[in-house]
Amino acid sequence: MKKIISALAAAAVLASSTALAADITLLNVSYDPTRELYKQINAAFIADWKKSHGGDNVTINQSHGGSGAQSRAVIDGLGADVVTLALAYDIDAIANKGLIEKNWQTRLPNASTPYTSTIVFLVRKGNPWKIKDWPDLIKPGVQVITPNPKTSGGARWSFLAAWAYALRAQGGNADKAKAFVTALYKHVPVLDTGARGSTTTFVQRGIGDVLLSWENEAHLALKEQGGDQFQIVYPSVSIQAEPPVAVVDKNVDSHKTREIATAYLNFLYTKDAQEIEAANFYRVRDPQILAQHAADFPKITLYNFAEIFGDWSKAQATYFADKGIFDQIYKPGQ
Amino acid sequence: MTRPLAPTKDHPLVRWTLTAVALGFIGLFLVLPLVVVFHDALGDGLTAALAAIREPDAIAAIQLTLTAAAIAVPLNAIFGIAASWAIAKFDFAGKGFLVTLIDLPFSVSPVVSGLIYVLVFGLQGWLGPWLAEHDVKIIFALPGIVLATVFVTFPFVARELIPLMTDQGRDEEEAAVSLGASGWATFRRVTLPNIKWGLLYGVLLCNARAMGEFGAVSVVSGHIRGLTDTMPLHIEALYNDYQYSAAFAVASLLALLALVTLVLKSLLEWHFAEEISAAHHH
Repeated sequence: MKKIISALAAAAVLASSTALAADITLLNVSYDPTRELYKQINAAFIADWKKSHGGDNVTINQSHGGSGAQSRAVIDGLGADVVTLALAYDIDAIANKGLIEKNWQTRLPNASTPYTSTIVFLVRKGNPWKIKDWPDLIKPGVQVITPNPKTSGGARWSFLAAWAYALRAQGGNADKAKAFVTALYKHVPVLDTGARGSTTTFVQRGIGDVLLSWENEAHLALKEQGGDQFQIVYPSVSIQAEPPVAVVDKNVDSHKTREIATAYLNFLYTKDAQEIEAANFYRVRDPQILAQHAADFPKITLYNFAEIFGDWSKAQATYFADKGIFDQIYKPGQ
Repeated sequence: MTRPLAPTKDHPLVRWTLTAVALGFIGLFLVLPLVVVFHDALGDGLTAALAAIREPDAIAAIQLTLTAAAIAVPLNAIFGIAASWAIAKFDFAGKGFLVTLIDLPFSVSPVVSGLIYVLVFGLQGWLGPWLAEHDVKIIFALPGIVLATVFVTFPFVARELIPLMTDQGRDEEEAAVSLGASGWATFRRVTLPNIKWGLLYGVLLCNARAMGEFGAVSVVSGHIRGLTDTMPLHIEALYNDYQYSAAFAVASLLALLALVTLVLKSLLEWHFAEEISAAHHH
């Protein structure tokens, strides 16, 4: 009897949701290099949602920028239903203001990270500076392009990848790691605010010899610019970059969009979405789909963030906060 | 222009050099970049350029830019007239301070102007929580974009009118009032005709800047595609999306809007040349 009632209830819910085809708008506030990814994801999700929800008319708006800057905008009132940012700290910052529940990272699988990525080198065709690994970045004369870690998530992953490399190469000596990263940032002539800005600086304006880039961003640059001008160099080690996602609780409650916003993020873990993500050069969680795209993702040692740096609030305070290590080592024009 | 050249004792070589330098400078820094913009817009052909302008996000950006200008420019015209009227025709305490304040937007970086509104109307700002409670959206929406535009274009009309009206003095208005004209009639039939060219010039400059503003609007926009991206922001987004030709197509349209403004101004000046010089020599 219970079963029948619940089946009836389910049918009623289904019927009512079918009868009430609605106009729904979602805002996904994301970081810089995901523009192309979410354009495709959105189209797939809208089609999927329409099938199960009787022709709801869904619009998903996108906003992109440096991850830190985007986080700040949501804190200042940008009405994001979901945030899909470059690293957990930028979502923690929103949670600290009470807009997202503190336990957000436990609400979805894989610490709310449906796809991962890493930091690679993009160099000019033929690799004139013969850049193979991290130490090559501090050869005299090499100019390195990377965005500002204060505003960009990719830049923070790049910084931490360099740090992790140096730390492990120097047997865990933090002073030596700091010396390496200091030397590295002496080779950086310009810091853009977001990953895409740096890519444009390197690719379009022709500045610099090597771009520290998200793996997906580097592949996209190759695709857009043709492989005859640039090539990707995989260093011996890098970092496992984890860009997480979260529903912005305060906003979905006031927009009455919690159901669809949650479904949107869950959709990111489905086979369909994982395929789109892998095709956009993100290292996805689904082992089968990752295996199908194995050719795009060379196997290199990827250090685990938590193992080396602990948690993000600690890493942020140590390295990127005001007067943190980045402020100590980066002196523009030196 | 039939005004004779001022007599000069300078060597013709000096004159020619100066002219060449001026023209070369304008050519290099103004004309050449404009030509490049139009040239690159057609990089993928005319059809692609037109498609980039007709694309929904582009249309939304064009509408937003025109809407923001359509609200900001009249507001600043009214404010500009009121302020210059007060400054030129009356004496009051704090006049010098008011003149300085009007110049403020010229000296403050547009980014700072944008941040001011975030600090006031943002969720963590003074009025933010109250606004959120009452579901009023200011920043990351049209009102914020209009506010930022009003702020940065605030001095254009007033700056144009204050010297003009000060120069003209208040004799004519006093005569009109002594002959029994009401305040409104005095304004409409004496003041307005005297200032109309200055006003028009100020409004055109104000409009050009309102449509082109990037920094302040960028801070308060939120960068939502098809919703809060104005034309300059949309151009940046397209450029960063590897859509270079599309970016330059929209940039050409923005440049064209500015050029139309300039041509309009020149046409009016040319058509009413005598009247303008009469007003100036008053």
